[in-house]
Amino acid sequence: MSGLVINEVRRGFYLDSVALMRLSRGIAERDGVEEAALMMGTPANKRIMDDAGLLTATGQAAEGGDLVIGIRADSHARAKEVLQEALSELDKPAGHGGAAVQWRPRTTRAALKQAPDSNLALISVPGDFAAAEARKALRRGLHVMMFSDNVSLAAEVALKQEAKTLGRLVMGPDCGTAIINGVPLAFANAVPRGSVGLIGASGTGLQEVSCLIAQGGGGLSHAIGVGGRDLKEEVGGMTTLMALDALDADPGTKHIVLISKPPAAGVAARLLERIGASGKSFTICFIGASDLTLPANARSVDTLKAAAEDALGGVALGVGFDPVMMAARAPAGRGAVWGLFTGGTLCAEAQVIFQAAGQVVASNAPIPGASPLDPGGSGHQLIDLGADEFTRGRPHPMIDPTVRDDALVEALASSRVGVILLDVVVGFGAHADPAGHLAPVLTAHRRADGPVVIASVTGTDADPQGRTAQAAKLEAAGVMVAPTNADAATLALACLGCVPGRDPTNRSA
Amino acid sequence: MDLIERANKEAVRRMLAGDPVLVDVIPAEQAIPTLGERMILHAGPPIDWARMCGPMRGAVTGVACFEGWTANLEAAAEQAAAGAFALHPNHHFDAVGPMTGITTRSQPVMVVENRAFGNRAYCTINEGLGKVMRFGGNDEEVLNRLRWLRDDFGPAMGAALREMGGIPLKSLVARGLTMGDEMHQRNVACSGLTLRHLAPALARVTQDRDALARALAFIGGNDQFFLNIAMALGKAIMDPVRGIEGSSVVTAMARNGTDFGIRVSGTGDTWFTAPVEMPEGLYFPGFSAADANPDMGDSTIVETIGLGGFAMGAAPAVAGFVGAGAASEAGNFTRTMAEITLGENPEWTIPALDYFGVPTGIDIRLVVETGLAPTINTGIAHKEPGIGQVGAGVVRAPLACFREALLAFAETLGVL
Repeated sequence: MSGLVINEVRRGFYLDSVALMRLSRGIAERDGVEEAALMMGTPANKRIMDDAGLLTATGQAAEGGDLVIGIRADSHARAKEVLQEALSELDKPAGHGGAAVQWRPRTTRAALKQAPDSNLALISVPGDFAAAEARKALRRGLHVMMFSDNVSLAAEVALKQEAKTLGRLVMGPDCGTAIINGVPLAFANAVPRGSVGLIGASGTGLQEVSCLIAQGGGGLSHAIGVGGRDLKEEVGGMTTLMALDALDADPGTKHIVLISKPPAAGVAARLLERIGASGKSFTICFIGASDLTLPANARSVDTLKAAAEDALGGVALGVGFDPVMMAARAPAGRGAVWGLFTGGTLCAEAQVIFQAAGQVVASNAPIPGASPLDPGGSGHQLIDLGADEFTRGRPHPMIDPTVRDDALVEALASSRVGVILLDVVVGFGAHADPAGHLAPVLTAHRRADGPVVIASVTGTDADPQGRTAQAAKLEAAGVMVAPTNADAATLALACLGCVPGRDPTNRSA
Repeated sequence: MDLIERANKEAVRRMLAGDPVLVDVIPAEQAIPTLGERMILHAGPPIDWARMCGPMRGAVTGVACFEGWTANLEAAAEQAAAGAFALHPNHHFDAVGPMTGITTRSQPVMVVENRAFGNRAYCTINEGLGKVMRFGGNDEEVLNRLRWLRDDFGPAMGAALREMGGIPLKSLVARGLTMGDEMHQRNVACSGLTLRHLAPALARVTQDRDALARALAFIGGNDQFFLNIAMALGKAIMDPVRGIEGSSVVTAMARNGTDFGIRVSGTGDTWFTAPVEMPEGLYFPGFSAADANPDMGDSTIVETIGLGGFAMGAAPAVAGFVGAGAASEAGNFTRTMAEITLGENPEWTIPALDYFGVPTGIDIRLVVETGLAPTINTGIAHKEPGIGQVGAGVVRAPLACFREALLAFAETLGVL
């Protein structure tokens, strides 16, 4: 934090957090800028900016409805220049030159007047205001998707109880992904319509499974996000149960996939009971869960890949991909695997694969059986870069891939690292070209005897970034690209001679 | 919650039921019997001489000379400082006045009667543009015009209105909206329509042809003639909305050049004030923002009923003039104001917005919730006394008085 920080406050100037995050990234990318953020001046956001060394007394004085722009640059003059650029970005009209500017409603009330047939509100406001906005939407008869996080557990429970009484769905808070009637919401991919319904407490889990179903020739009826805490005892799976009812009653849904971290025991019991009462078939993917007693119409799987395969009726994904053969083409690795993930559930899935291969694995988001991260340790480390400790004051790495750069450079230089494992998540809401961002970083910092780099791309070719195009960019940068995140983890192990199911000490190389 | 919804429904019902008719012009002391000697009504919430801005002081001293209470402006200022004049808001006497809004006993006032409720509201006659008392002007030219209004024009217009049985204003405003007026910054159409109604009756009641010609030319030469009528109309419509228990609807917004004040139906006649803001606008050549006085006048009663800045979509020309952005964006102002209002006026509609009705019934809860302050179209006075208008622009009502009002409102409902 050596640079010069300047703040500017725009009174009563509101933009939603996704828009601001994207804007922040564009500004922070400019030459001479060390760090930059545009945020609404809520106490929580100001703390974040303060922590990021981006807050001055000017920004400190802002209120929740004010936009704070914080820029730290290598010189005061440069900071001021970039501030001007940021301000002009804010003022750039949304419409086309010369044409009438489209009016955008600022409240749910006005939006509903303009589009009275709407049935869902996507809420992406600072956490302090999110519950109030959700309640307003519910009372106007709308289903709610809450992208916002930092909503209290008590508020979540109250909202979901009210929603239940009103017969409305509250997806979230902290719900990153949903596809309703083919409409992608927040972070989601362009997948075909079909007969598989997804319910997930995890955003990237929903994305990976939906993309793999598309890859296997299937399609989705709906993908319903429930928020990361829905299956906690306190919330009791209220949204998940309502989503189950909805998909159970939906004639377009033939098979239902449930994706989550292991739920609280009581909640799991209620869910399985509800599933047992359904006439439809289910795939249960509780990442990292141990034995479940399942009803006859449900099967349990350990990975997202297996969930997709099961939902496709047993279609095998990644046919032709041979990790052992592929690993043989790569220089024999030494050392450990460092996984640098932007998707939390993708990180969890990799841990499952490692554990199944008998590997000890550490993570900042450990699944049951994995150990907490030990920065000095020499073992495998699988890191979720989307976790709070990395995103405080910064956008999510799916929006801002620079979050991964420092760790990636460190891993490339480390003699302890034999394999670097990456995920690349594309689709709506994600960075415009994450592979294009990774490639030059890899090229610049790679050593001839350095770690092998392995990645998979979560996405479809119908996505704006294009899955094939992203994979090609990675391959051109010397990355081994696996067809799924699970396969990438398997390949990482194969490169170290630790093929799943075999004793890791039995090195074939 | 139910109480508020019911109360606000009633408030909007009363606003829409209002039937304002311009019925007369009479001396202020006749209209307001309590308006006595050395009593001066001003725009905005209460204020004393010490806190008055330059143009309002200019108008106070000018009117003291006009009424013959002092020999000259200097003496008037001394007496004012010594407390020789009783200063009160127009709003406390059923009246409104633009900019400085100065009203005294001998000035003629236009009478608008709300026939649905039987109440009356008063406003002085618009003096025209440039150096005028409402913008703080106070020289002989200004005072002579006031004398002519008092002695000749006012009585003639009053006689004409009585002869013709008054001019119904609701439909006139509706037509004005379709012709590009928003009734605050732009009153070209409504002033012309008024002249059309008034001319035959004026001709019948005026013996002297020159006097008639001068009266007709005065109206015809003043694009803002209708502003003061619109203001009395606004006051006449809003007064019956005052004092509805549980209603969060704004019944008045007014500025005295120092403070911005609002009144809310459910909190009775209490003023909630905050410092006025500076308008953003365009200036006459030779003037700049450095010369500008902060926001002033009772004319925001026009926005209170859904006109002015709220009806910007009807008057794209104004959007360009006041520097509010492209003319094509004018409708955005109106639609945005609909975010803080309870309903739309089904009779006052805007063709260019597919007959969207002007946003009606400002709800302080919505203002505070959205952080969207009412948009006001306004003239800009010079900050020094005696100079007059220097520009026109757009200004926002300060949010602080809405917040304060909301807290007090919550207290009346026992939720705080």
